[in-house]
Amino acid sequence: MARMKFLCDSDRCIECNACVTACKNEHEVPWGINRRRVVTINDGKPGEKSISMACMHCTDAPCASVCPVDCFYKTDDGVVLHSKDLCIGCGYCFYACPFGAPQYPQAGNFGSRGKMDKCTFCAGGPEADGTAEEFAKYGTNRLAEGKLPLCAEMCSTKALLAGDGDIIASIYQERVAKRGYGSGAWGWATAYKTGVQAGQGPAEKKG
Amino acid sequence: MKNSLAHLFRILALALVLAFAGAHTASAQTTPPAASEKELLEYLKKCPPGQVCQGRVSIPDSKSATLVQDGRMWQERMEGPVKRYGGWFLIAVVVLLALFYMVRGKVKIDSGVSGKTIERFTGFERFVHWLTATSFIVLGLTGLNIRFGRGVLMPMIGEDAFASVSALGKLLHNFTSFAFIAGIVLMLLIWIGHNLPAKGDGAWIGAGGGIFKKGVHPPAGKFNAGQKLIFWAVILLGGAIAVTGIIMMFPFYFASMSGMQLATFLHSVLAIILIGVILAHIYIGTIGMQGAFDAMGSGKVDLNWAKEHHSRWVEQVQGKKSGAAAE
Repeated sequence: MARMKFLCDSDRCIECNACVTACKNEHEVPWGINRRRVVTINDGKPGEKSISMACMHCTDAPCASVCPVDCFYKTDDGVVLHSKDLCIGCGYCFYACPFGAPQYPQAGNFGSRGKMDKCTFCAGGPEADGTAEEFAKYGTNRLAEGKLPLCAEMCSTKALLAGDGDIIASIYQERVAKRGYGSGAWGWATAYKTGVQAGQGPAEKKG
Repeated sequence: MKNSLAHLFRILALALVLAFAGAHTASAQTTPPAASEKELLEYLKKCPPGQVCQGRVSIPDSKSATLVQDGRMWQERMEGPVKRYGGWFLIAVVVLLALFYMVRGKVKIDSGVSGKTIERFTGFERFVHWLTATSFIVLGLTGLNIRFGRGVLMPMIGEDAFASVSALGKLLHNFTSFAFIAGIVLMLLIWIGHNLPAKGDGAWIGAGGGIFKKGVHPPAGKFNAGQKLIFWAVILLGGAIAVTGIIMMFPFYFASMSGMQLATFLHSVLAIILIGVILAHIYIGTIGMQGAFDAMGSGKVDLNWAKEHHSRWVEQVQGKKSGAAAE
């Protein structure tokens, strides 16, 4: 089974926010929730970089570990999903997430955050694949249709890659080798406990 | 004239801005064209402490401009110190209390029940106590469920039932908190006078409150030194738990991400300590001591119990009474 990962090549990202828009549209994400976002740092200065960020579907996901009701689970593809039926909206996953991925539909005063929502790697939720119930809670299940996440699929500069971790890492390494520089696979060290650099093996540490 | 002066100022201001901007770009030109992730992280770390190190996003949620934060540190804290050590601490408290009960048994009234009673707590005092006590029990149980329920209750009742219980528990926890806060505020107002350090507290603690030996009863006022410690634990720990709880109830209104993480961490740690203290308090107020529960039950305690455990207070009350009778 493939181990699904995201990789954002920040040397290619042009901050067009198409990934953000595609995600919102594909999954009919409610107003105020952003499963994906583009963060620009060093804005307007030399070395400016934009990075498209969403749930990285971590190895040993901290959200799953701190959840008081154990509502997270990992698919065979290594995608971290959760059950909105179990979620109590406590907000712990947001405090534990390195990437700010969990989103809540409400302001959250008096503990009224509502059910947590986050990037599903376009893989739906615990409901049967492709059902209306699954779509209403988690959005489209593209993985079940044999398609990869829409954000990466429609990225105009192919900065955002989604798919088998080994394949996207090798694509990135090829790029770095060809153009002679690379900022590294953003967030990989935090999410997968491994980085990707030219000449370094892409495979995730097993165990 | 006025207009041309304003114009001049504007030109001067513009020149100043351009000069600064020029100086800035010149100094920043050392940055390599392709900064590595490590360098970018260093840049984020370089912001002055206390300031949020953020990028820019084009969506309204300003929190989302934080690219990466140390969530794993919070995870480790909540699982290590809080869950593991906190869990063992509570188990240790229960085991120690059980051992103490087996060794010492129930503390009896040494001079026997007199049959005469004396009013110890008024109806209002008991109301304040039980307002705080009942809300604390609800808060404690629902709080422990959030922290330990996944490992204890969930395997017993299944994940669906457990999620429903926890969702209800969270609501109860949030709204019962106001009763608890009212309780500790009232408690502070009505009992602070009796809980200031007084002569004899040192001797009382020195004698271990007389709890380890039969027939030993160091003199005490309305509250002995042990009760004073319970009082201040409830006020100070309870107060800190209330403040951190309010911060948690209004997420990101009073605190940033690191503040929220600290609040949740402190809330859990202090609450577990206070639960331990209160377990001991419940023990000595119920099965641990004969005649103690009446103080908060009917409000009237046996005179012999009062003379043994709060001799100074009895003298005070009876002195006042006989003084009033003599007049």
